[in-house]
Amino acid sequence: MTPISITLSDIHFRYDGREVAVFEGLSLEIPPGSITAILGPNGAGKSTLLYLILGLLAPAQGKVLLAQRPQHSYSRRELGQLVGLVAQEEVIPFNFTAQEYVLLGRAPYLNLLETPRPQDLEIAHHALARVGAADMASRPLQMLSGGERQLIVLARALAQEPRVLLLDEPTAHLDLGNKGRVLELVRQQAEAGATVIFTTHEPDLVGTLADNVVLMRAGQALAAGPLDEVFTGENLSRTYNVPVHVLQVEGKRFIVT
Amino acid sequence: MTQGHADQTHVLSSQRRGARGKPQEIAAPSPTAGSLGLREAALRRRRVLWGLAALTLLVVGAASLSGRYPAPYWMPPRLLLEDPLARQIFFNLRLPRILAALLLGMTLAGAGTVFQMIFRNPLVEPGFLGVSQGAAFGAALSIVAWNAGSTGIQASAAAFGFLGLLLSDRLARRIRYGGWTLRLVLAGIAVSALFSAGVGLLKYVADPLTQLPDLVFWMMGALWGVTWSKALSILPVTVIALLFLLLMRWRLNVLALDEATAFSLGASPARERMALLLAAVAAVSAVVSISGVVGWIGLIVPHLARRLLGADAQTALPGALLIGGAFAVLCDTLARSLLAGEIPLGILASLIGAAIFIVLMLAQPRTAMLSG
Repeated sequence: MTPISITLSDIHFRYDGREVAVFEGLSLEIPPGSITAILGPNGAGKSTLLYLILGLLAPAQGKVLLAQRPQHSYSRRELGQLVGLVAQEEVIPFNFTAQEYVLLGRAPYLNLLETPRPQDLEIAHHALARVGAADMASRPLQMLSGGERQLIVLARALAQEPRVLLLDEPTAHLDLGNKGRVLELVRQQAEAGATVIFTTHEPDLVGTLADNVVLMRAGQALAAGPLDEVFTGENLSRTYNVPVHVLQVEGKRFIVT
Repeated sequence: MTQGHADQTHVLSSQRRGARGKPQEIAAPSPTAGSLGLREAALRRRRVLWGLAALTLLVVGAASLSGRYPAPYWMPPRLLLEDPLARQIFFNLRLPRILAALLLGMTLAGAGTVFQMIFRNPLVEPGFLGVSQGAAFGAALSIVAWNAGSTGIQASAAAFGFLGLLLSDRLARRIRYGGWTLRLVLAGIAVSALFSAGVGLLKYVADPLTQLPDLVFWMMGALWGVTWSKALSILPVTVIALLFLLLMRWRLNVLALDEATAFSLGASPARERMALLLAAVAAVSAVVSISGVVGWIGLIVPHLARRLLGADAQTALPGALLIGGAFAVLCDTLARSLLAGEIPLGILASLIGAAIFIVLMLAQPRTAMLSG
C-alpha cells in the first residue's frame, strides 16, 4: 500500500444555520504514512475535521487534497476505497453477526447490486482474525461487550483496506486490554502504509501512539507538528486553559495537571 | 492567536518516531472454529429460504382449492375437470385474487423491510411517511368527489401516496432540529395525521347509502372483487420494484449503518435511500390502490424474517417477501372462506398480525422489538 498525503488548505467551514464558524482558514499538511493525533477540548472541531477529510462535510472555501488530488475529483466509490472511518460509538440498529458487519467493509469494492464474493468473505475473515475476534464471527453484535464491539468496528474498517484511516475517539470506554489491542492494530496499519488520523481526549494516548499532534481549540489549530516539538506543557496549557506539565520518564511521556 | 494561524500551513513531520519494534502479533484464536460455524449458518439459512418458498407454494395451492364453492372450505381438485362452474371460479375469481394477495403481501413485507432498514428503526412500516394515509385519502377523495371507478381510485391513490411522501420529505427538510431520520419520522407522522383527518372529513360528507359503504370497505382493506385486469394492472410496477429491492438487498445493510459510516463505505446514502424509497412507495401505492389499507404485514413480517434468517438483508429480505406473500394469501383465503360473507382482509391481517406480535414479544421480552 503506497502511503498518501492529506492536505487541507485555507479551510472555511460552518454548520448550516449556525452563526459561529468552525474553521476560518485552517491549513494542515499531513504526511503520508504518519500517525496524527487531533487533541483538544469538547467542541474544538476535532470530529468536524475528520468529516472534512472524509468528504462527508464540504468546506465553504478551501481545498482538501488526497495524494495531491482534490477530494471532489474522486468518485464516491474511489473515496470509499481510499478513506476508512471508525466513528465515535457507532450505533448499529440491527443485530448483525460480527462477520456480516465486517463484510460491509467490502462495500466500496462492490457495485450497488452485487453481493459479497468469496474473496470478500476471506478478507473479512482475515480482518476478524487480525483483531483477535475470529471466534466471534457468528456471534450477534448485541451479544458482545462494548470493547469487543469496538474491535469488530475496527475490523470492518480494516476489511475496507483504506489508505487513510480516520478514527474518532477510538479508545473511549475501552478497558486497558482492548485499548492496547486497538493501539497495536493502529500502529500496524501505519507500518503497512496507511495514513492514520485520530481524535482523542486522552493526552496519554497521543504520547504513546502519534508521530504528529494537532492541538485544536475553537476551530483553530493552536499548534501542529511533530510530537516532540508540539506536545509540550506550554502548548497543552494553552489548549485546555489549565496548567499542564509533560514529564518524560524513560522515553515515555506523562501528563500532569 | 485567532487569525495568526489562518494563513499558515502547519507542516507535520513525516519522520516515523523511533523504532517501534516489531509489530506484536495478535493472537488469532483458531479461525476454523469460526468459519465452520459460518458455513453451517449459511447452509441453514439457505434451507430456511427454500422451506419458505415451498411453504408459500403450498399455501397458494391450498388457497386455490379453498373457498365457499361447491361447499364451504374445500373444493376437490377433480371438480376442475368435471364442473365448468368450478373451473370458472378457479380461473377467473380465485387465481387473480390469489395473485393480488401474493403481490400485496410481498410488497408490504418487502417495503416494510426496506423502510425499517433505511430509517434504522425496526418499528417503521410502509404506512409511514404519509404513504398509506395519502393513498387512502386519494382513494376516498375519488370515491366521494367523482364517484370514480376502480381505475380512477387506483390512479388517485397512487398520486396521493406519492404526494404523502413528497410532503413528508419537504416538511422534513424544513424542520431545523434533529437528525434526518428523526425529522422524516416527525414529518411523516404529521402528514399522515393530516390525511387521516381528511379521510374522516370525507367519510362525514359521503353519501351514506352509495358512497360510505364503499369507502368503509376500502379503508378496512379487502381484495373483494379483484379481477384479472386489476391484478395484472399492478403486476408490472410491483414486479419491477420488488426486483429492484431484491437486487439491492445486500446494499441495504450498508444503508442501515449511520450516515457517516455508510458514506465512508463509498455509498451516497441520501440518493440510494431515496431510490429504494421511491421503488417501495410505487409498489405500495399500486397494491394499496386495489386492496385498500392493510396494516401490520409491513411491520410484523420483517421481524419474523429477521427472527428466522438473521439481520442480514441478503437473506432477510427474500425471506420477508416469501413470508409476506404466504401470510397475505392465507389471510385473504380465510377472509373469503370462513363466513358466508366476506371478512375485510385488513381486519383479519391486523388480528392475526397483532397476535403474532404479542407472541413474539412474550417469547423474548427484552429484545423482541430490536431483535435481529
